[in-house]
Amino acid sequence: MHTTGQILNGSEIFFECLRRENVEYIFGYPGGSLLKVYETLHDVEDIRHILVRHEQGATHMAEGYARATGKPGVVLVTSGPGATNTVTGIANAYMDSSPIVVFTGQVPSSLIGNDAFQEADIVGITRPITKHNFLVKDVKELAITIRKAFYLATTGRPGPVVVDMPKDVLAATCAFEWPETVEIRGFKPTFKCHKNQIEKAAHKIAKAKRPLLYVGGGVITAEASEELRTLAIKYNIPVTMTLQGLGSFPGNHPLSMGMLGMHGTYWANQAVNNCDLLIAVGARFDDRVTGKIDAFATQAYKIHNDIDPTNVDKNIKVDLPVVGDSKDFLASLLEEMPEKTEDREPWLADIQKWRKKCPLSYTIEPDSLKTEFVIEEVSKQTAGNAVVVTDVGQHQMWTTQFYTFLNPRSIISSGGLGTMGYGLPAAIGAAFGVTDRPIILFCGDGGFMMNIQELVTAVYSRIPIKIFLINNSYLGMVRQWQELFHKEKYSFTDLGDSNPDFVKLAEAFGCKALMADNPENAKEAIKIALDYNEGPVLVDCRVVRKDMVFPMVPAGGAISDMLLARLNPKTMV
Amino acid sequence: MKHIISVLVENRFGSLNRVAAMFSARGFNLESISIGETEDPEISRMTIVTRGDDQIINQVLKQLNRLIDTIKVTDLTRQPHVERELLLMTLKLSKTTQHEIFELINVFKGKVVDIKQKSITIEVIGSPDKINTSIDIFKPYGIKELARSGVVAIHRGE
Ligand SMILES: Cc1ncc(C[n+]2csc(CCOP(=O)(O)OP(=O)(O)O)c2C)c(N)n1
Ligand SMILES: [Mg+2]
Repeated sequence: MHTTGQILNGSEIFFECLRRENVEYIFGYPGGSLLKVYETLHDVEDIRHILVRHEQGATHMAEGYARATGKPGVVLVTSGPGATNTVTGIANAYMDSSPIVVFTGQVPSSLIGNDAFQEADIVGITRPITKHNFLVKDVKELAITIRKAFYLATTGRPGPVVVDMPKDVLAATCAFEWPETVEIRGFKPTFKCHKNQIEKAAHKIAKAKRPLLYVGGGVITAEASEELRTLAIKYNIPVTMTLQGLGSFPGNHPLSMGMLGMHGTYWANQAVNNCDLLIAVGARFDDRVTGKIDAFATQAYKIHNDIDPTNVDKNIKVDLPVVGDSKDFLASLLEEMPEKTEDREPWLADIQKWRKKCPLSYTIEPDSLKTEFVIEEVSKQTAGNAVVVTDVGQHQMWTTQFYTFLNPRSIISSGGLGTMGYGLPAAIGAAFGVTDRPIILFCGDGGFMMNIQELVTAVYSRIPIKIFLINNSYLGMVRQWQELFHKEKYSFTDLGDSNPDFVKLAEAFGCKALMADNPENAKEAIKIALDYNEGPVLVDCRVVRKDMVFPMVPAGGAISDMLLARLNPKTMV
Repeated sequence: MKHIISVLVENRFGSLNRVAAMFSARGFNLESISIGETEDPEISRMTIVTRGDDQIINQVLKQLNRLIDTIKVTDLTRQPHVERELLLMTLKLSKTTQHEIFELINVFKGKVVDIKQKSITIEVIGSPDKINTSIDIFKPYGIKELARSGVVAIHRGE
């Protein structure tokens, strides 16, 4: 610990600032521009540096850590290629509003703009995918910039912030000053919701016969699950959640409708079509949720609460915008709600009918394995208590359908950007942050290969993640679209001939590995995996190859027009 | 509809770029943008001319506000304001046209900033409408080169 006024070099200031921001982990990778930082790091004992194997992995780990804990994730990479390797992870964190701070080394100030060795204009490159970014030009600016970076990343709608640090700045010295407070005049998020708007909203909710809560990741960020639960249960309002909102309301509660949208439940989408009041909380009317805008919730009066005013009236015109923190929104509503509300039993009965009409289901056969079974079995064996991380594809959508999320911060999944390769590093990051709940990863055989190198990181740090490789030997989600919408031209989606032997591959990394190909041995493998905590374990789940995720709203279609089953039975397995 | 938006931004390297990049990333129309220091050297004023329906302009204003470097965003369109643009223009000059050109410069309250044997450079200041008109009027005499500053605008005082 250094004190104020002490003369320090930039690298020492860097670590001192992280210390004061209570950073536990840095996900990083060294290089020329960071040699001074790594020199200092050698003797830093209170902050753990996790050596990744690719800088993209570091960004996803930081995000996984952030989503699991609510604390900002920290990345440290060198200039040029190190910095450009973080771009996908930064874009992912931006789309999903995750607080990460990415520190990039930069060539010496005097060489910036000269096409110097390993120079990349990372501030320019990341401008449209960060909440904000900084180039530190003077060591005297370093501490205040780091302070601002953490403040911006975590305050209001969270997001990624990049701090670019030239090599000479990291070596220069100055007297260390830690600013206790930050003031950024261009950044003043509105936390408190407008009282008038709350009163109107409460009135509308009381009067609605068919109200529906549509809840997104903002509720989890705002730690407002408790308030959500109280509001929904007390006033008998069903709750549907987005991918990022899952877990904000317990999935096993009768008022839980599961996810809405493209692969949402039939009854959630029917409820959207038929509700007379839609209360959107911390959600942004993404096109994967709304389908065709003109056909979305046409009968509903729409209330929209979000901390980011740009989300309001962006994709859909709402009747009552309420800008502010979702926790404040829900808590203030609870205070304003009248005792008496309309009877919701007929509405709940309608929903029950839709639920019965098209339940989520699958068949179990003794000698083949279904993804749905694996996920549901993991859900049962973990009693819904795990932190579940997914990659992108069919297995991701099945996870939303067949894992019963009971608590907030239970699903970590790439929603906005849909980044294959996200799952493995995000799971590792989550496992650094959360040690009292099992960390589960459901990952496709395609996406697993996109950041496979991070298995080393997991093995080396003995991270007990449980990897369920949903191995259909297909880029399954793309195959599904090819079958449904592209004349069954299965162009470059069959991985059957090219996939490695995943068990051997995992073992080569030093990872425990098992194989499952029927319900019986899958059940057993899941149990073994859940009981094994010495390091990562992978279960190669050889699932049926040509399954499809239903129900489904075709892209751009109205959510009332869901496909409920395969159109063409001849291509069934 | 055309809107004039006045934005106070941190006078910092990259601020202009952030605003311009946001317009292109979000597909907003950007007709003109001008920037200069204010009475406070730490703050610059940007004047942006853009087009769009109410919903789009609303998003433009919100997205501008969302940028960390912007301090204050005002849509001047529906408020009392003054807008001005500067035009610099070099015209062909000959004995036969000389007289008329000088007369027109007077009509537009313009100024001669340079004069050579075969060309004359003038400046005109005014609303964008006036600038457009003056360009139209001078066109027949042969415009060799022209430059417009883009609009700057400000609230009318109390
Ligand atoms: C980086 C990246 N490249 C391409 C895509 C397009 N894409 C979406 S899902 C998918 C298939 C994923 O296959 P797999 O990982 O095996 O999962 P499955 O759908 O089979 O469960 C592809 C290629 C993407 N989302 N991300
Ligand atoms: Mg697959």
